[in-house]
Amino acid sequence: MQYLEGRRFVVAAIFLAVALTFGARLFYIQVLDGSYKLAADRNTLQRIVQVPYRGLIYDRKGQLLVQNTPVYDLMVVPREVKQLDTVRFCQLLQLPLEEVRESLKTARAYSRVKASPLVQNLSTPELAAIQDNLIDFPGFSIKARMARSYRTENMAHALGYVGAITPAFLEKEKYAKYLPGDFLGISGLESFYEQQLMGKRGVQYRMVNVRGIEKGSFRDGEYDTLSVAGQDLHTSIDIELQKYGEMLMRNKRGSIVALDPKTGEILAMVSAPGFEPSVLTGKGMGNRYMELLQDTAKPLFNRPLMATYPPGSVFKLVNELVALQMGVVTPQTSFDCNWKLVRCTHRHEHPYNVSIAIKNSCNPYFYQVMRTAVLRGRSTNRFEDARLGYSEWRRQVMTFGLGEKLGVDISQEKKGLIPTSDFYDKAYGFHRWNFRTIYSLSIGQGEMGITGLQMANVMATIANRGYYYTPHFVKGIGNGGPLPQFRERHVTVVDPKYFETIIPGMQQVVDGRGGTGSNASLLDVGISVAGKTGTVQNRHGADHATFAAFAPAEDPKIAIVVFIENAGFGGSSAAPLASLMIEKYLRGDIAPWRKRWENWLQGPAEQFIRKR
Amino acid sequence: MASSPARYSRSVDWVTVGIYFLMVLLGWVSVYAASYTPDAPTNGSLFGNLSFQELMVYDWFKQILWIGTAVVLIVMLLVIDYKAYDTFAFVLYGGMILLLIITPFIARPIGGSRSWLELGPMRLQPAEFAKFVTALAVSRYMASINLRQQNFRDQAVLAGLTLLPPLLILAANETGQALVFAAFLLAYFREGMSPLILVILAAAAIILILALLVPKVWLIGVFTVILGLVFVFNPKVMRHHLPVSLSVWAVVIGMVFGVDFFFNNVLQPHQRKRIEVLINPSADPLGVGWNVTQSKIAIGSGGFTGKGFLQGTQTKFDFVPAQSTDFIFCTIGEEWGWLGTTGVIVLFMALLGRVLYVAERQKSVFGRTYGYCVASILFFHFAINIGMTIGLAPVVGIPLPLFSYGGSSLWSFTILLFILLGIDAYRKQDLERY
Repeated sequence: MQYLEGRRFVVAAIFLAVALTFGARLFYIQVLDGSYKLAADRNTLQRIVQVPYRGLIYDRKGQLLVQNTPVYDLMVVPREVKQLDTVRFCQLLQLPLEEVRESLKTARAYSRVKASPLVQNLSTPELAAIQDNLIDFPGFSIKARMARSYRTENMAHALGYVGAITPAFLEKEKYAKYLPGDFLGISGLESFYEQQLMGKRGVQYRMVNVRGIEKGSFRDGEYDTLSVAGQDLHTSIDIELQKYGEMLMRNKRGSIVALDPKTGEILAMVSAPGFEPSVLTGKGMGNRYMELLQDTAKPLFNRPLMATYPPGSVFKLVNELVALQMGVVTPQTSFDCNWKLVRCTHRHEHPYNVSIAIKNSCNPYFYQVMRTAVLRGRSTNRFEDARLGYSEWRRQVMTFGLGEKLGVDISQEKKGLIPTSDFYDKAYGFHRWNFRTIYSLSIGQGEMGITGLQMANVMATIANRGYYYTPHFVKGIGNGGPLPQFRERHVTVVDPKYFETIIPGMQQVVDGRGGTGSNASLLDVGISVAGKTGTVQNRHGADHATFAAFAPAEDPKIAIVVFIENAGFGGSSAAPLASLMIEKYLRGDIAPWRKRWENWLQGPAEQFIRKR
Repeated sequence: MASSPARYSRSVDWVTVGIYFLMVLLGWVSVYAASYTPDAPTNGSLFGNLSFQELMVYDWFKQILWIGTAVVLIVMLLVIDYKAYDTFAFVLYGGMILLLIITPFIARPIGGSRSWLELGPMRLQPAEFAKFVTALAVSRYMASINLRQQNFRDQAVLAGLTLLPPLLILAANETGQALVFAAFLLAYFREGMSPLILVILAAAAIILILALLVPKVWLIGVFTVILGLVFVFNPKVMRHHLPVSLSVWAVVIGMVFGVDFFFNNVLQPHQRKRIEVLINPSADPLGVGWNVTQSKIAIGSGGFTGKGFLQGTQTKFDFVPAQSTDFIFCTIGEEWGWLGTTGVIVLFMALLGRVLYVAERQKSVFGRTYGYCVASILFFHFAINIGMTIGLAPVVGIPLPLFSYGGSSLWSFTILLFILLGIDAYRKQDLERY
């Protein structure tokens, strides 16, 4: 019996061993290992992101262009669906049976107790059709969210569109804050001003139980943040002018850019052919986008920003200004209209001064202007002389905002091309080219590439006598002004006094007897227009017509460039179109006797080519 | 019944009674926290304006009734003369066997087993009460034999008495309650059972678990190397005990291979899952593994001092299953942290230590054996229940004594404990009398 008494210690030892094991294990999982705390939070905490109201977009007169309207998603909680009358349900939704079955299966796979979308993007009328009957189908509900809608049929290129974020975007650091299924601006202003438009997202932490049912806020909302609505954009677009421009460009290819030279604000920017902004919103948007993408007329191509052409005769103005600044010519300089140098546009009076040369768009005159500006005898080697002279000439030309992106508030902009000396070295060989090789540049032909926006900016610069503000669409964000870079004045190398000397010539183009742009004359409505026609040689077909102008000549309020592809001489189509735009903007409407130009512009392209 | 109540009360072991009531009280607080719902319409006060019927929805309210009836039970148990247990031990045992046999036939199936009897609003589980009845019977039998004399017939009867109830309970599909009867081995050990049986069983259990955890080739290799080492360093063993050594080795190898058969052919699928999950909780993350994972998360997230009373998100939001019954320890761990869980373990150690002390001071084999049975049964529940909530034991549905919600378990442990205190109280009186 004695030795058995010792066994009580064995039993007690077993008890103690287990107790100590538990104590140690509990110390490990409760105190040392922090992962269980995180796991408990992950269990109960649900992060709800509140997407704020996206900023609205207005035109320069305060007319609403882009707004948010509710669209509806039909949601389903699979567990609550009871004895679904599938046939009636499909009739109600007007969807094929197979599609509904498939969607239900997807929803069930996602969660049996959480709501997931069955049909997305229902419009208000579509909702009205089904809402009353929905009571017969337990488990189905409607969830509203905001989507973009448009109060205008115009300006689609500039506005851009909003779409669901793609997986490729989500991987980028810039979009770290976005979640799958979020919407964001994909192009145009919607994309450029995404930060301002989207506002600040709010986050709410909710506690949920094991079935995902909400059980109130976490720590009385200590960590919650409120959402801040996006800022509105006040664009400088005159939507009436824009609409008019799009109407005039119907059935044509080309672009219009109209600027307020004093501020760099874009008044209208037309790219033809175009499309309506509402095409890229709502149900079926993906299919419609593909249609636009595959259209051979390339309606998605934003021509004024993306198409670069040789500018044609309009460039003669820049050529002249640079030469004047260099001091190699004066406004009174006379050159022969020597057809041996280069063919001229037509037979005309002798160019005694620059005004006559501009009025007649004399090719040999500006050939000689550039030659004197480039060949300055900097080197005894004539090739080196041309090379050095051209490099300096190019540097000065580029101060007009050419050959580089201007920095407009849409990201698609192309920079165009003012070739470097190296470019010609590569093409022809070092010291294997001289002025005869590059003379086409003097009349805006050849290797030069300029966008419609850049050309309009040159016009604005001339209108301002030597400076420009970077063209931009948005003149006010929220209650503030434009972005700071749009308030910065850029000056050219050319002294303002030289600008004054070419403007009379430009007025002669429009209002002088036999001027190339006489179709753009607005003298009969009391507006003096200064302009320049252009005809761009096109290797692929009929020439492109351009006309660049500003008005009123004394105190310019609008600078405009019209570019019509395959329409021949600029004076016959582009000039009257520009005049209509100027008249519309400055007077508000078109004088009755000038309506004929509207009809004229609706005619077939051949008529513009025939008329010379 | 010659003694005065005052003298009697002096002989009751008030330390055990104190620990008992402390645990029951803490248990009720835990049940309240576990069954508390933040949106219950009680207007901040305990009962609010709720009617009796409405209150009967809540476990914590029903537990008040169970505790009240348990107090009545205690008074009755302390009044009964200890000789009654001695006399009626086998009668009770016989009755219990009958009850266990008929229970599956008259009980409605609840949670996969037919083991609950319904008496009006009450639900009782006979298996719970089989423990103290069996403890009484084996103690009574133990008192009449001498275990050390190695009388095979006596041992066989004892084994039969011990095994019959769990077999019947197993038939009713209450594996956990049946396993509890293994606790009796500790009591028999105290009374003289060969420690070899404990060692062999423990070794078998370890080999079984190792066989599931470690690749078989490794296990066989290690045992073979051990055998080889023994032969090399202790050639005497090889000379004298070669057959024994080799057969032990053969049995071990056999077990290693037998595990697969046992695991796949003997165990039921849900039992297999529970053991798989013990080894690898992520094996079945939304099924059985869910319980273990969520239970560990609840306890682990409590930290050192806990989230505070009624602040446990794991329990409040129903992530932990059976939180007021089998998983009550989660609520304690989550809301009171390591301090709380350690406190509960210390309380159990105090109770078990006190019961061992009371058992050892019994003069009769009957009293002492019964005392050890009480300690062993309490310990088994304590070890398996807490073990399963922290992933150290398979998920076996047995309650944490005196803490878990439930009338059957509270009554059964109360009776178990207070029969011992009754026997103990009369022991002292006997001494005074003579």
